Amino acid sequence: MAVENQCCCAKTNEAELYPELEKIITEHHGKPEDLIMVLHKAQNLFGYLPRKAQEMVAEGLGVSLNEVYGVITFYAFFSTVPKGRHSIKVCLGTSCYVRGGQRVIEKIKKELSLKVGGTTEDRRYSLDVVRCIGACGLSPAMLVDNDVYGRVKTTKLAEILERYE
Amino acid sequence: MVPYRKRRLQEQKMIKATINNVDIEVAEGTTILEAAKKLHLNIPTLCHHPDLTPEGSCGICVVEVEGFPTLKRACMTLLEQGWKVYTNTARVRNARKEIVELIFSNHDTDCLTCIKNGKCELQDLAATLGIRTFEYPKADKKKEIDTSSVAIIRDPNKCILCGRCIQVCSKIQTVNALTLSQRGYDTVITTVFGEGMGNSVCVNCGQCTVYCPVGALYEKSQVEEVWEALNNPDKHVVVQEAPAIRATLGEEFDLEPGSLVAGKMHAALRRLKFDAVFDTNFTADLTIMEEGTEVVERIKAGKNLPVITSCSPGWIKFMETFYPHLMANVSTAKSPQQMFGPLSKTYYAELKGISKEKIVSVSIMPCTAKKFEAQRPEMKASGYQDVDFVLTTRELARMLREAGIDLKEMPDEPADDPLGEYTGAATIFGATGGVMEAALRSAYFLVTGRELENIDILPVRGMAGIKEAEVDVDGLKLKVAVAHGLGNARKLLDKVSDQLAKEGKSEYHFIEIMACPGGCVGGGGQPWGSDMARRARRGETLYEEDKSLPFRRSHENPSIKAIYEKYLGHPYSDKSHHLLHTHYYKRSPLDGKVLLEE
Repeated sequence: MAVENQCCCAKTNEAELYPELEKIITEHHGKPEDLIMVLHKAQNLFGYLPRKAQEMVAEGLGVSLNEVYGVITFYAFFSTVPKGRHSIKVCLGTSCYVRGGQRVIEKIKKELSLKVGGTTEDRRYSLDVVRCIGACGLSPAMLVDNDVYGRVKTTKLAEILERYE
Repeated sequence: MVPYRKRRLQEQKMIKATINNVDIEVAEGTTILEAAKKLHLNIPTLCHHPDLTPEGSCGICVVEVEGFPTLKRACMTLLEQGWKVYTNTARVRNARKEIVELIFSNHDTDCLTCIKNGKCELQDLAATLGIRTFEYPKADKKKEIDTSSVAIIRDPNKCILCGRCIQVCSKIQTVNALTLSQRGYDTVITTVFGEGMGNSVCVNCGQCTVYCPVGALYEKSQVEEVWEALNNPDKHVVVQEAPAIRATLGEEFDLEPGSLVAGKMHAALRRLKFDAVFDTNFTADLTIMEEGTEVVERIKAGKNLPVITSCSPGWIKFMETFYPHLMANVSTAKSPQQMFGPLSKTYYAELKGISKEKIVSVSIMPCTAKKFEAQRPEMKASGYQDVDFVLTTRELARMLREAGIDLKEMPDEPADDPLGEYTGAATIFGATGGVMEAALRSAYFLVTGRELENIDILPVRGMAGIKEAEVDVDGLKLKVAVAHGLGNARKLLDKVSDQLAKEGKSEYHFIEIMACPGGCVGGGGQPWGSDMARRARRGETLYEEDKSLPFRRSHENPSIKAIYEKYLGHPYSDKSHHLLHTHYYKRSPLDGKVLLEE
């Protein structure tokens, strides 16, 4: 179940990661053109982009904070909320949408009491919507971390999610 | 094709082309929009502004060029040799209408109740293009209006995402309070973390309100509060008007830009039933006495040089946020508005035998940052809030129109005593370089006891971003500099900071900084439609008034002599310190909040 790119934020105290970020920023000090690269690295480090990290990046690279904020909100890749240990991605492409993807989402939202784009309080899961994962024949489909689940039934959801600690 | 940003500034080569089959010859590097103007052909625009770099975000100015499959944006496409351009084909007209209709689908079209009604560039455009129906259904999503600032309101429901406000905030003012956030349909212009302008580095200069083509950015109005005070028989309502108002208020009443309306303005305010009509120009003279004395004292002592002026509240917040290391260099003298406030509630109240709490002190300002300044917690020298309400030039014009007062037809009347008499030195405060010139006229006298012969100090006048001059004061070569627009201020202050860090002193003795391009005549509260050319014209008006006045040096003002004799003692006295001087706070460069001393 271990996945590449899986962040370690939930396992480590966030404050301990800032010296690491300092190191990254020092490598790119005063280079505004490296902004996206640095944000990428910072997000890999924290799992998301906390406000303090954004402020540090802005100062270190010599760009204004409004520019950093603009870039982060523009790209869907960047997140300003912490991600859970496991990412649930429910497909809402045409086929999955027709075959009940929305019902799957509603059920997850209700069961875990979280919003799309949000993370549960215990940081176990975060929920996102994706548009077509190329598994239309298995619709409605969803991904948990890198595992694909097809023909998802709302009654089976709890059982699937239980497997991810 | 040559991209706009590579356009050459030294235009030499001429090129020939046709626009709507009319031959035209222009210098290489001319845009289609500019070329068409030479043929007296107006291509409609929306996001374009003569002071800003075209970004081509709206697409209204599209034209057809023979041989190219797609339409081209006239504002940012450079005309090339042999091009055949058509600005009025069916395809072009349809494209323009389509764009406006799409903007409407995502725009609050409640024009009748909009603050920009009658002055909106989108409204004008819809009229020009003959839009008669809403072709697309309205987006049902209402976005939250940002009312977090005491000076400026931002209504994203009116925003058309042209980006002018961001460009002026980031490029001209270098404040960087606004940004585009999200993308596609969700795109909004917002502040960092969406926390609102009142919780950001915004310095309240209001240039965004001047450049916004629609009603998405405007001042937080206090018109209703002022009506209420005027209608309350228990209140004694006094008013002051900033130097720059007399050069701009006329524009709101169809007078030529640059018309001087000082006398008409006093008359109009009297007809609005203010109990006393004073003039900020009086306290501008007083500012010169206090600040001039401070400059002379500090130069004599060689302490905290250069002295930097403190009249512009946008600049003050900018300094507190981005240049706190220069705080000791900034004059402690309050701005003329904040000198007037406490004097109206102490000196005037005592003279008239009116109790302080009955006085409501209103100011008419070219400025949105003055609203913020008036509400700073330390501005309570009289024991009450010194200035109760601040109205912009635009708000005063609205009140006058509502009251049915036609400024054009007013007689010329002077301001009331004892806070109304003013000199030419005071009136030029409204233009960039004016405070410097006024201060030098009096500083010379304060140092030498003689009058400066030639009081027209031309090198500090005009619209150059940074101006320098050297004045010989009895052998001491006084080096001064003037910057207007915070981007220019940043350049000058970086140089000064550098000199201070490396050599321990700067080449300058005295620096004037105004937050807005052109000074107060270009302020964020001025009538809409102020481009750089108009700002320059308004400034010239103030220099003309200066020439026509009997006294042109602040220390010659009889009312100023009287207030020192009767009340303050002398400049820099204890009483002056209490009422007319202030202090500053270090602010966070991330959110503009006051940082508590550790």
